[in-house]
Amino acid sequence: MIKEYNTISRVEGPLITVEGIGDAKYRELVEVELSSGEIRRGEVLMTSEGRALIQLFEGSTGIDVKKSKVRFLGKVIEFPVSPDILGRVFNGSGKPIDGGPEIIADKRLDINGNPMNPYSRDYPTDFIQTGISAIDLMNTLVRGQKLPIFSGSGLPHAQLAAQIARQSKVLGKEESFAVVFGAMGITFEEASFFINDFQKTGAIKRAVLFINLADDPVIERIITPRIALTAAEYLAFDLDMHVLVILTDFTNYCEALREVSAARKEVPGRRGYPGYLYTDLATMYERAGRIKNKKGSITQIPILTMPEDDKTHPIPDLTGYITEGQIILSRSLHRQGIYPPIDVLPSLSRLKDKGIGPGKTREDHANVMNQLFASYARGKEAKELAIILGEAALSEVDKKFVKFADEFEDKFVRQGQNENRSIEETLKIGWELLTILPRTELKRIRDEYIEKYMPKKTIYMETEE
Amino acid sequence: MNEGKIVKIAGPVVIAKGIPYAKMYDVVKVGEKHLIGEIIGLVEDTATIQVYEETAGLAPGEPVVSTGEPLSVELGPGLIQSIYDGIQRPLDVIEDIAGAFIERGIEVPGINREKEWEFKSTVKIGDAVEEGDIIGEVPESELVMHKIMVPYGLSGEVVEIKSGKFKVEDVVCKIKKKDGTITELTLMQRWPVRKPRPFKKKLNIEEPLITGQRVIDTFFPVGKGGTACIPGPFGSGKTVVQHQLAKWSDADIVVYIGCGERGNEMTDVLLEFPHLKDPRSGKPLMNRTVLVANTSNMPVAAREASVFTGITIAEYFRDMGYKVALMADSTSRWAEAMREISGRLEEMPGDEGFPAYLGSRIATFYERAGRVRCLGNDDREGSISIIGAVSPPGGDLSEPVTQNTLRVVQVFWSLEDRLAYARHFPAINWLTSYSLYVPHLTPYYETKVGKDFVALRNEAMNLLEQEASLQEIVRLVGIEALSKNERLVLESAKSIREDYLQQNAFDEYDTYTSLIKQYKMLSLILYFHHKAKEALEKGALLDDILTLSVRERIAKAKFIPENNLDEYDKIREEIDNEIGSKVLVGGEEE
Repeated sequence: MIKEYNTISRVEGPLITVEGIGDAKYRELVEVELSSGEIRRGEVLMTSEGRALIQLFEGSTGIDVKKSKVRFLGKVIEFPVSPDILGRVFNGSGKPIDGGPEIIADKRLDINGNPMNPYSRDYPTDFIQTGISAIDLMNTLVRGQKLPIFSGSGLPHAQLAAQIARQSKVLGKEESFAVVFGAMGITFEEASFFINDFQKTGAIKRAVLFINLADDPVIERIITPRIALTAAEYLAFDLDMHVLVILTDFTNYCEALREVSAARKEVPGRRGYPGYLYTDLATMYERAGRIKNKKGSITQIPILTMPEDDKTHPIPDLTGYITEGQIILSRSLHRQGIYPPIDVLPSLSRLKDKGIGPGKTREDHANVMNQLFASYARGKEAKELAIILGEAALSEVDKKFVKFADEFEDKFVRQGQNENRSIEETLKIGWELLTILPRTELKRIRDEYIEKYMPKKTIYMETEE
Repeated sequence: MNEGKIVKIAGPVVIAKGIPYAKMYDVVKVGEKHLIGEIIGLVEDTATIQVYEETAGLAPGEPVVSTGEPLSVELGPGLIQSIYDGIQRPLDVIEDIAGAFIERGIEVPGINREKEWEFKSTVKIGDAVEEGDIIGEVPESELVMHKIMVPYGLSGEVVEIKSGKFKVEDVVCKIKKKDGTITELTLMQRWPVRKPRPFKKKLNIEEPLITGQRVIDTFFPVGKGGTACIPGPFGSGKTVVQHQLAKWSDADIVVYIGCGERGNEMTDVLLEFPHLKDPRSGKPLMNRTVLVANTSNMPVAAREASVFTGITIAEYFRDMGYKVALMADSTSRWAEAMREISGRLEEMPGDEGFPAYLGSRIATFYERAGRVRCLGNDDREGSISIIGAVSPPGGDLSEPVTQNTLRVVQVFWSLEDRLAYARHFPAINWLTSYSLYVPHLTPYYETKVGKDFVALRNEAMNLLEQEASLQEIVRLVGIEALSKNERLVLESAKSIREDYLQQNAFDEYDTYTSLIKQYKMLSLILYFHHKAKEALEKGALLDDILTLSVRERIAKAKFIPENNLDEYDKIREEIDNEIGSKVLVGGEEE
């Protein structure tokens, strides 16, 4: 028998305080019935004898202290799962919004999950070919990795994420896969871009979508990614699927968290975000990975827009400390009309080393990658120098590096939204670009690979002069 | 009434009333699920408890029972090769019980009770023993001989001693104290984590911790028993450096604390270490390693404890007379855990919301490092070197954790993302890093490595510093403004950076460089510099010298295997030949 209380004593922002209750459990799910009969859901944030502080997912508009009724449901927030969730669209708190029936649950899972035992993890080593050169060769994605896209407002992160979702495959294997998509506070246009893209390619049948749009309740965003990840864990570890999770936009998520923190009058950390932002983000990002003796895996691609394109802003900063690398999009490449505008130098995939090489990609992969990185960095440096001192100040060798850097952006980074390059093609482009440089500068490549893979003809040098 | 009651729950902090015999820092069992917690505040009969497990589902009114003991670790055979969570619960055993996801309220002992160990006594009946004395040995792994010691505060006469196969709780020795009472000793003892284990005396640092990493060993060495910190923004390679140190340091025991970091990184260690061979003994590295893993998604209070759990285990091995290296990755997560708990306690915050006691906590941790004379009558020496990673937000070193750490550590390895982007690894900045141990370690280097090793190091440092100021000039007025000698300095400094400082952790030969090889490599680079300088003075052309083919051999000298070090002398001869020819050519042209 669930008791009802009409003893709300305070309403502050998204938080309400209820008095004179029986003992509420920490994190217990709560229903609030407004005088209009509308039902809102919330979660206990703090409980002491006879008193509980509740955060409401759908805001506190219309709540009054006299007539609104509060019910404690005696359980934490759960999401019902069954194989039927594939192909469905849910709102940000897990209710179907595609007109289909409610899910008949095989299981009801706590959306907060339990931490994965590090001892039980299996190290991600399977190379995922995304068909995008700047990722495959330079910042390789592997199965079970969490690799965020750091973007900025107006940059084509949605297109890039959709392209990854469309083209990703593990070479030589046909396995069951699924896409879980969680939208937090994004615009209708962006959400429908993804939905249309999934529909066009037929991926929608293998997808589960959770949509919280910009005009949906703000606090609901706090549970959206958790529900999405709960669905992903079920698909990966109960149904043995390889799941790609795209979560966008984490900046909106963090802002919702800040709103709650401010309403609780907590001591703020940097820029007003709560001190526990790191831990909070980690409890989601860490839900990527593989487990020993299980077939499935969860690969996460969270997307966040960096306020003012600032990588040191707390959201990208803390994310970068948790995730296994980052793909950074560059406004200047975007202005030059280069798609995908991946800024290769500060981008990083921490797990690439175990996912590349003989048997996975090709023996020369690591060497070529290092050489391209170092050469591009040097080219960019020389370009900056040329801006200050003029082109004439550059040595002959530096000029070649400048040319290399330009060609690298134009031929290697740039590719079409539907262009799906195999790793061989990508490596070939890399080698062709290296012919621009004098052979003595190729210090990072073993001689035997130069002999074997270097195109005999210099392809770029003669074209201009 | 032998239990208290929960009155309030806010995240990992629980307030309870009426716990009988509650003492500060005692461990309590919270709620019906027996979640493990620690008392961190007492006001009359109200206790504030930090709970080491997720508190969702707890309700006011649930019971709280005190164990009457502070948070302690179990010390004995079985530590090596273990992987523990922040409060010394073996993660492999948790997996057996709960599967791949960690459930709450699992109670498992830190040390396996069932396993039998071969114990061989080293004392006999009638011997007088005191605290710290070794009464026997257990071969724990191929690399570690576990010494069983008389616990702190106990001395007397051995009245019974056994040898043979025992479980850790079996009595192997009985000691009659002065007052005539008998104390039984097992293979295992307990120690509270927040209390440093005692020793006789702290000693000065005289030997480097050899890591096989050139930039560290040659330029910024840490002593055995010393402290070092690696601050760096994300993506600058902190974890790779920590892993490299854990792999290649010439320590007897390595304790690796993964504190609030990624789960996959711990998996990497777990999967990789059993296959890596210790370069000295040829045995798997896992045989000397203890792992403490409290990943970022595991409960925050246990993260705070994990650092103390790790250091206490390290001290225990130090007390046996071993050289222990402890890596903590990352101490920032530890500090943030303190901040989070402090915030929940509504304490008055200091800098950036960190508690006011942040500095003193960091200092107490690093002060547990050191080279010491251990307890016991054989005057053995042991040491703990601490290498702490720091993750400053936004890479800004002025933040409180970095600043408080720099105040107590002696070595600073400054990681820079700028270097990492240019794929200069390890991305340790050679100008801003420092080691205060260089003067202490100079005698060691000069006697054990090479008479002129420190001189070479200083010369190389000097070239790098000259390079920095010359580059300023180049940036302002262009390379033409430099004399040919200055240009040679630039080239040699570049050679030091690229051919020496850069080291590939993932290359079979480059990943570890012995001190002797380091000496040979550095001599070679500087030898070329000297010869080239001489040649320039004799009229050779700079461009001729810079295009010599021997330079490519110098560049690739890092890939010469350790068993083929004569190769360096051959390259030296080539330098002589090639430069000699250019002096002639250059001379003719003038």
